[in-house]
This record gives sequence, structure tokens and C-alpha cells, in this order.
Amino acid sequence: MLSAKDNIFYFLYLHRTGLTVTFLSILLLLWPMVESNPYTVGLSNLIAIYVLVVLGLNLFIGYAGQISLGHAAFFAIGAYGSAIATTTLGLPAWPSMIAVALVTVLVALAVGVPALKLSGHYLAMATLGFNIVVYTVLVQWDTVTGGPSGFSGIPYLTLGSLVFDNEIRFHYLVWTFAMVALLLCLNLVRSGVGRGLAAMAEDETAASTLGVDIRRSKVKVFVLSATLASIAGSLFAHCYAFVSPESFNIFVSVDFMIMVVVGGMGSIWGTLFGASLITLLPEWIEALDTFKEIVHGLILVLILLFLPQGLIAGLVESVRKKIALSK
Amino acid sequence: MNGFHDLLQFIFAGLTNGAIYTLIALGFCVVQNTMGIVNFTQVDFVSLGGMFLFSGLFWAGLPMGMALFVAVAGVTVMGMAVERLGVRPSRSKDHLVLIFLTIGISIVLRGAMKLIWGKNRMAVPPLAGEEPLRFAGASILPQAVAVLVITVLAIVLLVFFFRGTRLGLAMRAVASNQAAASVVGIPVGRIKAASFALAGALGGLAGVLVTPITTLSYDVGVLLGLKGFAAAILGGFGSFPGAVLGGVGLGLVESLTAGYVSSAYKDVVAFVVLLLVLFARPKGLLGK
Repeated sequence: MLSAKDNIFYFLYLHRTGLTVTFLSILLLLWPMVESNPYTVGLSNLIAIYVLVVLGLNLFIGYAGQISLGHAAFFAIGAYGSAIATTTLGLPAWPSMIAVALVTVLVALAVGVPALKLSGHYLAMATLGFNIVVYTVLVQWDTVTGGPSGFSGIPYLTLGSLVFDNEIRFHYLVWTFAMVALLLCLNLVRSGVGRGLAAMAEDETAASTLGVDIRRSKVKVFVLSATLASIAGSLFAHCYAFVSPESFNIFVSVDFMIMVVVGGMGSIWGTLFGASLITLLPEWIEALDTFKEIVHGLILVLILLFLPQGLIAGLVESVRKKIALSK
Repeated sequence: MNGFHDLLQFIFAGLTNGAIYTLIALGFCVVQNTMGIVNFTQVDFVSLGGMFLFSGLFWAGLPMGMALFVAVAGVTVMGMAVERLGVRPSRSKDHLVLIFLTIGISIVLRGAMKLIWGKNRMAVPPLAGEEPLRFAGASILPQAVAVLVITVLAIVLLVFFFRGTRLGLAMRAVASNQAAASVVGIPVGRIKAASFALAGALGGLAGVLVTPITTLSYDVGVLLGLKGFAAAILGGFGSFPGAVLGGVGLGLVESLTAGYVSSAYKDVVAFVVLLLVLFARPKGLLGK
């Protein structure tokens, strides 16, 4: 028979995911009441937007074992798609967001289906090339996209009479999206489809003998991740009311990838950590402006060399090993 | 006859760029064959080649021929250093981790170049004179001739290297079957380091040849390198004749598009062609 204390611990263990999500949601709900500096809240909003992108990318890298260096392009399609639809064409914001996400699905299928037919890392190149194409179009097609100087005057999102026009209001909106996506991903990896993906991540041949359709699963995760990036892009455009091509070049894609690696490939919770760390790092270190590339690169290299399972998971594991060995 | 002259001019330009893409593509293929990974530092080998040439000429005051040699040798050593210090110590042998590592090292290299040589664009003098040569009504820069001649020489040397030298044969053995190669006593680790060195040499050579045409900056290699990568995949990733075909083909398509269609989207052509090829013939033109 379990003692009362054991029972509590067992309950906590059993419901650890749900409890963590609830705790985090309450924290996020209360946070703007404590933190009144709009700049800080704005930063956390940016983190939420990146979390949306990186969640999908993390599923794709961690479970499909493939590299996408083009998620900034899907992010761009979301942002510019929403910007053009609402500002130039005057369409309502929410339906445009959905329509743009659907367009992204089609685009992701067009890029992903041929590239994922092959084993090997062709998708890395296809997505990288795609990102360069999208970026060049954003810069060159200035009558539609505003060219290098950007696209401004994008309207704020509204919900009934509520206008998401300041950081705090936007905080609730964007973190709701991020938490829903987080829950979705957490549930996805525990569903039948998710178990199939996990098997695929471990060993593709073994998974396919067990009936997992490798190619189809990879394409599905890729499309899911592109869609999340597109929605994040739409939110980004409506949040800042301004977008410019520099937020969507290949180096942004590389930064997304660094967030995934820092958080741990295939770790859903790690995504929160990776996105936060890489977004906040320049705020903490003043000198980082000159050394930004080197610091980002070194973080990536050192983590991959010594803690390839991600910063937190890697540190926890090495501490555990130390404790086990010292007994 | 004007149209013909234009065409000739575009073909010359395409061949020159194509030669550069070919050298870079070959560098990608060498590492792909021995290690099975995409080596993204190839991109920075190109910039480094130009940087070393610039420093050799203006900081050390070397004559052109000497500076050229030193630059290529320098990047070769850098290639080996990347493998020794960056890729080999990895605890994980997972290809995904190794590819990410090369991306990380590439970012570090680019940051370091930005610190050492600054952000400004620099001009590198051409290897040969500046007076354009006339050929059948089209004018061609001596530098372009130098690029073509040196690239052809490099490819001939490479063929000899892979067919006639012990190291080259060992490299091919590792490429075809790593376990079997180590069984017959080939030091696989050293061969991998050598393949990075060769990739460095090819990238460095590309950088030395191209920077007098494009001007030099710390990130000049990124777009060139990625086009080289596109060329490698276009020809069939890992295939050497494919790399040559892909490189030259890409160069020609690019310059003809820039000449006849639109020069604003010149940089996009390579990647559109690549996406189309992946769609229609996913293993590349000469892929197995």
C-alpha cells in the first residue's frame, strides 16, 4: 500500500505534464501584473512568437531527423501574407491568417514532397534555396512587398471590440497561441502518430517494418512545422505593424535551428528554453553586438560537441552520472 | 550579329562563374563521400581564400604567385583544423549533429573573419592584367581566362590525384566502404582529415579566383558557396563529373537568365533550377 506521501508524489508524477502546463499558464497570466515595463513584456512576446516557430521545427528536426534551413521563409510567408492581405487588399485579419496558413501548407508540400522522397539531406538544400528565393522576392518585388525598406501600416488584431494594440494585450494573445501549440505538440508526441514518429527518430528501418510510413510522416511533420511558422509570422506582422526582409533571411533560419539545438532536439519543453535563451542573450551581454556571430556559433558548437541532447537535458544527465558514480 | 556577340559574352560569363561553382561543388562532394555529411564550412573556405590572398598581398607584401600559393595552402590547413578541432571531437557520430556542427563552425569562422578583416568590402587585384581581350567580337577579362585555365588544371590534377596516388585511392576506398577500408589498413580518421584539407584547398582556390571579380567581404562565400552546393546536388551529390556538369550548367543558366530575362532575380535562378531538378530528377543529373 502506498503511504499518503507516496500517493501525493505519485499523483504529481502522473500529472507532471498537465501540472507544469497549468503552472506555467498561471505564471504567464499573472506576469504582466508584476512586470510593467513594456519593453520586457515585448521581449517575452517575441519569445512566444519564436516558440511557435521553433516548436514545429523542433518536432521536425527531432523526430524526422531532417534539417530545415528555411523556416524563416515560412515565417515570412505568414508575415507578408497577412500584411498584404489586410493592408493592401483590406481583408479581415483572422480569416487572412487562416488563408495564408493554408497557402503555406501548399508551399510546404511543394518543397517537402520532392525533397523528402530522398534519404540524405536534400531538404536542407531545398529549404535553404527556398529561403533565398523568398528573401530575394521580398527585396526585389518592391511594388508589393515594400522592398528593402519594409512594409508598414499593418493593422492590429481585434477580437470583438478588444484591440490588441499594446504589449500587455498582445502578451495574452500571443502566449495563448504559444501554449495551445505547446499542448498540441505535447499531445501529438503521445498519440499514435507521435509514437510512430518517435520510432522513426530512433530507427527508420525498424519503424517502417512496424508499419510507419516514413516518407508520409516526414512530410506531415514538415507541413505542420511550416504552418506553425506561418501563423507565428502573421502574429509577428500584426504585433509590430511593420515587417522588413531582414527578419526573414537565412541567418534567421539558422538562429531558429540554434534555438532547437540549445533546447534539445526533439524536446518540446526544451523549445521554451532555447527560444528564450537565444532571444534574451543579446539583452544580457552588451558586447554581444560585435561578437554576436561568434557567440551564437560557439554556443552551437560547444553544445553539439559536449551536450548533443540539449543544454538542460545534457547537464541533468551529466550531473546524474556524477552522482551515480560517486556513490 | 550583335545578338551573337551578346550570347558569346553571356556564355563566357557563365563559364567563369560555372568554374567557380564547380570548384566549390567538388569540395562539398569530397567531404560528402568520405564522411556522408554536408560540410557547411565549405562556404567560408571560399571567403577565407580571398582573405588570405588579400593579407598575403597587402599585409605581407608577397608577389602574386606566392600569395596565391600561400592563400590556398592556408585554407587547406584551415580545413584540416576544422576537422581536427571541430568535427572529430564530437561525442555523437549522428550525421544530423555533425552537419549542425559544421553550420556552427561556419558561423564562428564568419564572425572571426568579420573581427579580423572588418565589415567593409575590399578589392583584390586580378591575377592577370586588366586589359580585356577581344575574342570573336566579345570581350573577355584576363581574370576570366585565368579562372578557366586554373580550374581545368585543378580538375586534371584532381583526376590524377584520385586515380594515381595512394592518398587519392585510399580516399575513394573510404568513400566506397569505410569498414572495408579500415580492415585493409587504411587510416580512416586521417583520410577524413585529408578530405577536409582537400575541400579547403578547393574552396580556397575558388575564393582566390573569384574575389578579384566580386570584391571581397567576410560573407562573400555564403551565396557563392550555397550556389556551389546547389551545383553539387544538381549534378548528383557526391559525383565528381556531376559536380563539374552541375557547376558549369548552373553558371550558364544563371548568366543567360541574367542576360535575357532579368538580372534582379539572378541569384534566385540557381535555387529555382535546383528545386525543379529535385522535383523532376531527385538524384541529380548524374546521380546513382
